[in-house]
Amino acid sequence: MSDNDSNKPKGRKPTLPPGMGKPAGKKPTLPPGSGSAKKPTLPPGMGKPAGRKPSMPPGAGKPAMPPGMPSGDGASGLTRADFSSDQDVRWCPGCGDYAILATVQRLMPELGVPRENVVFISGIGCSSRFPYYMNTYGMHSIHGRAPTIATGLKTSRPDLDVWMITGDGDSLSIGGNHIIHIMRRNVDLQIIMFNNQIYGLTKGQYSPTSEVGKVTKSTPFGSIDHPFNPIALVLGADSAFAARTMDRDPKHMKDILQQAHDFKGTGFVEVYQNCNIFNDGAFFDFTEKATKSDRAVFFEHGKPLVYAGGNKGLRLEGFHLESIDLEAGNWGVDDCLVYDETSRELATILARVYWRDDLPQPFGVFYREDRPSYDAQVNEQVQSVIEKRGKGSLADLLAEGDTWVVE
Amino acid sequence: MLFAGDSGDGMQLTGTQFTLATAHAMNDLATLPDFPAEIRAPVGTTYGVSGFQLHFGSVDIRTPGDEVDLLVAMNPAALVVNLDRVKPGGTVLVNSNSFEKKDLSLANLDSNPLEDGSLDKYRVIQVELTRLTRETLKDTDLNQKQIDRSKNMFALGLALWLYSRPIEPAQRWLESKFGRKPEIRDANLELLKKGYHFGETTEQFVTRYEVTPATLPPGRYRAVQGVQALAMGIVAAANKSGLPITYGSYPITPASDLLHALSRYKNHGIMTIQAEDEIAAVGMAIGASFGGALGITGTSGPGVALKGEAMGLAHITELPLVIVNVQRGGPSTGLPTKTEQSDLMQALFGRNGDAPMPVIAASTPGDCFEVAYEACRIAVKYMTPVMLLSDGYLANGSEPWLIPDPDDLNDFEVSFATEMNAEVDGEKVFHGYIRDESTLARPWAKPGTPGLEHRIGGLEKADGTGNVSYDAANHEKMTRLRAEKVERVQQDMEPLQVFGDKDADLLIIGWGSTRGAIEAGVTRALNAGHKAAAVHLRWVHPLPPDLGEVLSQYSTFLVPELNNGQLVRILRDRFLLPFEAMNKIQGRPFGPSEIAKKIAEMVG
Repeated sequence: MSDNDSNKPKGRKPTLPPGMGKPAGKKPTLPPGSGSAKKPTLPPGMGKPAGRKPSMPPGAGKPAMPPGMPSGDGASGLTRADFSSDQDVRWCPGCGDYAILATVQRLMPELGVPRENVVFISGIGCSSRFPYYMNTYGMHSIHGRAPTIATGLKTSRPDLDVWMITGDGDSLSIGGNHIIHIMRRNVDLQIIMFNNQIYGLTKGQYSPTSEVGKVTKSTPFGSIDHPFNPIALVLGADSAFAARTMDRDPKHMKDILQQAHDFKGTGFVEVYQNCNIFNDGAFFDFTEKATKSDRAVFFEHGKPLVYAGGNKGLRLEGFHLESIDLEAGNWGVDDCLVYDETSRELATILARVYWRDDLPQPFGVFYREDRPSYDAQVNEQVQSVIEKRGKGSLADLLAEGDTWVVE
Repeated sequence: MLFAGDSGDGMQLTGTQFTLATAHAMNDLATLPDFPAEIRAPVGTTYGVSGFQLHFGSVDIRTPGDEVDLLVAMNPAALVVNLDRVKPGGTVLVNSNSFEKKDLSLANLDSNPLEDGSLDKYRVIQVELTRLTRETLKDTDLNQKQIDRSKNMFALGLALWLYSRPIEPAQRWLESKFGRKPEIRDANLELLKKGYHFGETTEQFVTRYEVTPATLPPGRYRAVQGVQALAMGIVAAANKSGLPITYGSYPITPASDLLHALSRYKNHGIMTIQAEDEIAAVGMAIGASFGGALGITGTSGPGVALKGEAMGLAHITELPLVIVNVQRGGPSTGLPTKTEQSDLMQALFGRNGDAPMPVIAASTPGDCFEVAYEACRIAVKYMTPVMLLSDGYLANGSEPWLIPDPDDLNDFEVSFATEMNAEVDGEKVFHGYIRDESTLARPWAKPGTPGLEHRIGGLEKADGTGNVSYDAANHEKMTRLRAEKVERVQQDMEPLQVFGDKDADLLIIGWGSTRGAIEAGVTRALNAGHKAAAVHLRWVHPLPPDLGEVLSQYSTFLVPELNNGQLVRILRDRFLLPFEAMNKIQGRPFGPSEIAKKIAEMVG
């Protein structure tokens, strides 16, 4: 069975006019001090004065802690506030991006990387406004090209901790070529792909991940393009690490991002993100309390694939997965597939469980492969050339080949 | 002289070896390889003809010359394609074995030029190159194909004798190239010798050319190809600045050789990345610059077109970046292996919005060295992308080059920001767009520097702070500031040099690779009693500060360009003077006689 027999997510709420209705369950996390009501939109350029001091004077930061220190704010002496810039966050109220921002800001202090070594590179889109809200080095670049800038940066500065922020349109449409190449190269950085299945910044055109038949501004009679399956795509491009999480589960998101950071290579993370203005509820089936348990499976390496509060599981039948009832008595947990994230084949099978009525949507680390990173190898090669030939002499280079003297 | 044959005949090789021998004989020389885009076009066809033109002599040589004294044609197609380049009374040396019916029809000839009188104006020397080659090598174990392929060595030996060139450099080269294949090596050496002796023994070659050494300024010389000089200029920049250099590139004719050359210089501080496409190539360079390296990318016209948006990003983020355009015939895919200088307007304006950048152009193969160095230095000093224009003619051509002393190059200072540079509410902060007073460059604060964390990007930003700003007055201010910063590059320009007769009424203004032809043309014109002067622009944007003053001393102006009129429009717009355009858009450089002829017409 193909994974796109039913592309429409089932059980979606009807699209309400913007600003009306709140999703059931947890509200998206707003930055501290922003209050409960919608902030009035200030004219551009107004807001907090620029140049509000960073929380710490220069040089006062603690030395870097080894990565992977146990969690707890302030392992490196820095706090979430240290990573928040002074700029007003301008995403729409209710946007899933706030949750991602908050999660990343909470994660940063725990990683133990000195703040000055952290860089965020983004492309274009709502997602890509992200660097402005992080008090780190960052570049808001051009549409689809963040992988190229991130690759140039990381390869020439392997000492930096590079994060790439992108969206479904930015990375899979205009950025399609660059995303597959960064995967095959395996540059040691993290990619957070905010997938909201729509083009938000340009006000609501369909995206390469939008479901067939979607009615949008550019497709008033319904979209026709068969959508990408991002995890399957990156696996096809030989990604060495591919994971999926969601804006509405910050705990899961934080854990996945940590794993991507710890991974030596391109840590690709697809984050389902709700655009409540142009595509509200796209993922509610998987993310909202009422249906999440039944419609999402959170899987982990070495553990059996179990969901619905332990009442259901996934079993491998030949080359595909089927749902089994663990309550009725025929099947037990031991019949469930124990996930192996080092298996490319399993990753492909699980990635192809995609918008299925009969199966839950998988969330977790699909694949992890220990493979040398591009930046490490490029620099190793340079070093080995220097070792073999010694540092180059300009004078020798200029006088290379046949020379002669004119008296 | 012009060596021409099938693109598989080794004409480039023959020419290169002859060049080397000529340089050793200490003649001044200039070369123009002329090869088709198809890698191995069908044998004997006119579109598969590959040529190597060499102009040497004991007077100062500036161009490959328009007409040749000797054409060595390996087959009828090579003859047909190049005959019009031979001076009346000149010599045509042909491989008579390849003038059979089949060869003639491949060249679309109905009759044999060796018999039908079409070569009457020339001195024709027929040599059975194929037969003589097979004869020489008949006792070796090589097969027919291998034997025939090496007949260019016989032609080379003969040509070397004809012009009194030493045979030793070619022998040494063969020994080193085929050291591990003694059969091939010995076969080629034998052919080379046989060709040389053939010249001596047969009675066909009555005159033997003796060319006396040219007077070049004293010093140590080498032959240098433009691409090689570009690469060395970049290495010099890395060396003198101490900056790591990241070169991102995507193969494209005629710039690929620059990638090849730089990829070997890993121990000179150059990191090369062959990117997945042109946009990735410039993106990687920009990323490297953001990190505190100097990012460079190289390509040709079609690649520059692709890089437009990224160059705009470099412009507004004010990062150092060098874009090398080795121009070729356009538009679109155009003429990949032919030369042209039609990307000037693209260099000046090829971004969305008002996004000027300094544009510098090389004028000779050797000049590529200094131009590359300066492009790097200016990019860093002014925190700006810089476009370096070269072209296929310079890239592949070579000339004797006085090896420079690295100490003679301009100082290349680099300073990274390490301190806060502003104060808000009594607290010290870092503002990314507070400019240097003299250059208007913004501070280069690289990631890894504590306390200077900041964000840059493609959106318009506020003067000083660098925060995103949509403010109306700010946008105008920033646009003008960025333009003014580029204008300040004038501070770094050398005074213009006027060539020829400064009292003339006519001034020729050129840029890029036309320098040799213009100066040789002016020399011819002066010798014929027509007064003219010439000035050559290295910097095309901003225009040199003394150009206006130079122009004011003349009343007639000529702008020869290998395009449909680009610099001439810029000059007209800026100076409102009657600049006359002289446009040649044929994939070939100007010849000095064309320039001389035009001068005669204009000066009367």
